[in-house]
Amino acid sequence: MTSRLVTRRHALAAGVAAAGGVMLGGCSRSLPPTYGSMLRLADNFTYVAHRTLLPGQSLVREYGRADLSSFPAVGTIDPASSKRTEVAETYRRWQAGGFGDWRLSVSGAVARPGAWSLQELKALPSRTQITKHTCEEGWTAIGEWTGVPLSRVLDAAGLQPSARFVTFKSLDRRYDSIDLLDALHPQTLLAYGMNGADLPVAHGAPLRLRVERHIGYKSMKFLTEMIVTEHFDDGGDRGYPKNGWAWYTGI
Amino acid sequence: MGGDPQCRREGEMTGRGHARWVRLTHWMATAAVAALAFSGVEILMVHPRLYWGDAGNDLTPPVLELPISRNYRHGGWTAATPLLAGPGAPVSAGRTFEIFNQNGWGRSLHFLAAWILVAAGLVYVLAGVVAGHFHRHFVHGREALSAAALGRDLREHLRGVVPRPSGGPDYGPLQRASYALVVFVVAPVLVLTGLTMSPAVAAAVPMLLDLFGGHQSARTLHFGAFATLALFTAAHLVMVVRSGFARQVRAMTVGDRT
Repeated sequence: MTSRLVTRRHALAAGVAAAGGVMLGGCSRSLPPTYGSMLRLADNFTYVAHRTLLPGQSLVREYGRADLSSFPAVGTIDPASSKRTEVAETYRRWQAGGFGDWRLSVSGAVARPGAWSLQELKALPSRTQITKHTCEEGWTAIGEWTGVPLSRVLDAAGLQPSARFVTFKSLDRRYDSIDLLDALHPQTLLAYGMNGADLPVAHGAPLRLRVERHIGYKSMKFLTEMIVTEHFDDGGDRGYPKNGWAWYTGI
Repeated sequence: MGGDPQCRREGEMTGRGHARWVRLTHWMATAAVAALAFSGVEILMVHPRLYWGDAGNDLTPPVLELPISRNYRHGGWTAATPLLAGPGAPVSAGRTFEIFNQNGWGRSLHFLAAWILVAAGLVYVLAGVVAGHFHRHFVHGREALSAAALGRDLREHLRGVVPRPSGGPDYGPLQRASYALVVFVVAPVLVLTGLTMSPAVAAAVPMLLDLFGGHQSARTLHFGAFATLALFTAAHLVMVVRSGFARQVRAMTVGDRT
């Protein structure tokens, strides 16, 4: 009975994944794998439905300064006290040098791979936006974010025509990706400022992502690395899908 | 069965059961609502606080707190630091408590079931309009829905007088009113408040945020609509049992077999 169920589930998964692939231009590797799970299959269904039914680049609501709310910090709140000595030592070194020797490495399907310092990122045109952070846990908070639109950095790096996803890695060993539609969204920022000041440590200093049409865990803190990829990269054991969490979190 | 009362009377007498599409969508919705309730309670346990407005979190006051998980008033926060200058400024604090959180499967199961409920709901509403089901059983003869008739029906329910079951869609006044409330008010509110909480949908349709007064108001209303649906389901099950369980289940499963 068990094996029959699994088989049926696999068949269903393959069928819907194929249907999704057709809807996304026939490229099956443009969707996250389902690992034979109905739940990951449903995530993909939501992803394809949103990309098919919702307007491509609608902006999230922006608020005024009077709307700024208190803002919990969750997940890693201080890498300097990480149990991983390498993480803690690296972060203490960065802090001691005012994040002067921190770099964001940019690689993959780009014409000009390289490493960006905080000063170089701050020299690019910036955007400030007051938006709502929606945590998967159920709470929300309104904060003001200042940073460089991710599209500016991707332009500077020179996206290759084969580029489809942008993968991010962080000091606290997170590994996640967004599709190019979200990467090029006008409100997707590499943020170095919060509420008019430097990004606080608990909120991801020196640089965090803001992906405003997603749930909060998509907005990765403590960024170190950005890789432009041609295919979906699940991040292996460090990625969300293999750990039982949705990759697409627009819902 | 047409609009002619005599025909309906015959349908009632012979116990034709429910139409095939009513039976199909009923059980699709039953499975979906069970999965939605189970995952919904899990999701609420992760953050058992409800708010009004757009922003609401552990550092802002709730309108309701539910003691339903170890996350209730856990108190595991670093000292608050102000995020802006001035008195009463918003603050930030870091969480040091490892909360209960099974939202990985909870959220994905919730949305899987929501898709199934929406599919069943669309089929039910479209078929209900096309087949004249709503007109015949919800609208036609609505004089039976007068305050006096509803009051009489309520008194009979409370006295435990159970009308002989029709084994089909010949609904009594209270039954008709409660089904209409669930189909045309509670279910749409559940779906729309749910969509309001989706950041991608709220970006595409910001009117939803205005309609419900913000993300957290929508979340609170979502819970309120769920509680209403849970009460309805409890009453529904009691009435199914009291009005002849075997006959009612037969009408909603195999249908016309008599």
